[in-house]
Amino acid sequence: MNKLWALKKSIWVYHVCSGSCNNCDIEILDCLTPKFDLERFGILLVGSVRHADVILATGSITRKALPRIKRVYEQMPKPKLVIAVGGCACSGGIFKNGYNIVGPYDKIIPVTAYIPGCPPKPEAIIDGVVKVINSL
Amino acid sequence: MAANIFYFIVFPGFLFTAVVGLLVSWVDRKITARIQWRVGPPWYQNFVDFFKLLGKETIVPRGAGRIGFLFAPLMGLIGVTLVSLILWQMNLDPQRSFMGDVIVLIYLSILPALAIVIGGSSSANPLGAIGTSREMKLILADELPFIMAIFTPLVKIGSLKVGSIITYQLNHGMMFTHHLSSVIALVVAFLCMQAKLTFVPFDIPEAEQEIMAGPYIEYSGPLLALFKLTRAMMLFAMPVFLITIFLGGMQFNGWAIIWSIIKYLVILILIILIKNTNPRLRIDQALKFFWLRMFPLSCIGFVLALVGL
Repeated sequence: MNKLWALKKSIWVYHVCSGSCNNCDIEILDCLTPKFDLERFGILLVGSVRHADVILATGSITRKALPRIKRVYEQMPKPKLVIAVGGCACSGGIFKNGYNIVGPYDKIIPVTAYIPGCPPKPEAIIDGVVKVINSL
Repeated sequence: MAANIFYFIVFPGFLFTAVVGLLVSWVDRKITARIQWRVGPPWYQNFVDFFKLLGKETIVPRGAGRIGFLFAPLMGLIGVTLVSLILWQMNLDPQRSFMGDVIVLIYLSILPALAIVIGGSSSANPLGAIGTSREMKLILADELPFIMAIFTPLVKIGSLKVGSIITYQLNHGMMFTHHLSSVIALVVAFLCMQAKLTFVPFDIPEAEQEIMAGPYIEYSGPLLALFKLTRAMMLFAMPVFLITIFLGGMQFNGWAIIWSIIKYLVILILIILIKNTNPRLRIDQALKFFWLRMFPLSCIGFVLALVGL
């Protein structure tokens, strides 16, 4: 129980982008800027997936990125969560029927939460993360 | 015997340094946040991070050297615990000092950096290897001027004991305010300490934007927690080392406590301000800075101390 309390107070996120148009990535970066300041809730962006608790995934998975996405997910230490950010990551979006698209994230790896929007606002991303924390 | 174990584990040793170190790293994060016009994390943030990492899975990557990978974090932790233990014992009672303890302290304060080298090189990761080679170059760069600067006031009073320099400063006033050689040596030692703490401008080994986390890249769970703890404890132990040698030591009778805390806080805030207002150097620039600028400067300080200033 104490473990869970500590996890809720300090979530380190790792950012995965697979074939997105970079709009969602910019909105994720907006969350970390002084205006929204996620560090006051203990949320940090880390560079290595070995340090992370949560993967923030954007874009729909392309054939090229498929083995890498699987590998990144397997390299993460447990307990691990995945949050799909943006319409493409949730359902495939406008690229749904593309020739090089494998599918949205939940076809490949287990996804905990979906944040729809094209792109979702920083408020929506924060709201999604808070809902994930409350559901733990 | 029981008293020694108590000293090592609880009061001036592990527990005390760890708790104060984690609090001090919160001060670092908070001031950084205020400089960037953010709110910053609450005071218990570093404790929470530490306990969360203890609860996570430990992964040893395929192809990694198991023994080096698993024991490197412990080695660094033991090194910084011993540095803090010896320094506080001598500040509490200068009579406990033994011959040549400054040399022991300098050796032990390299251990955390060596632990990073061993851990990073046994983690079988190309970015870890780059970080490790940069860390080794940084040790080579900052060690020489640091040792010269630490020995300058000791040459001035002609003794190799930390205890005798504390008693000398109690009787004659701070080295820093009374001797020109010590002023130069403090400047050099301060910049070398910035490199030993691997803070900007010398955070070249773990440069987050270039090589992710450098030597720490494959570490997860409790081992990463030990590395984070070691860094927090270094942030407490190294300024105390400088205060002991140059700024009159830490005293604990009456109002002197507040004066000791002020001395520590001033050094800490200087470190944080330098960290937040400088860009990162390349490794060759850092090497040039320490060997061609700091080393001659520390030599001048050393000669002045020999002359008697």
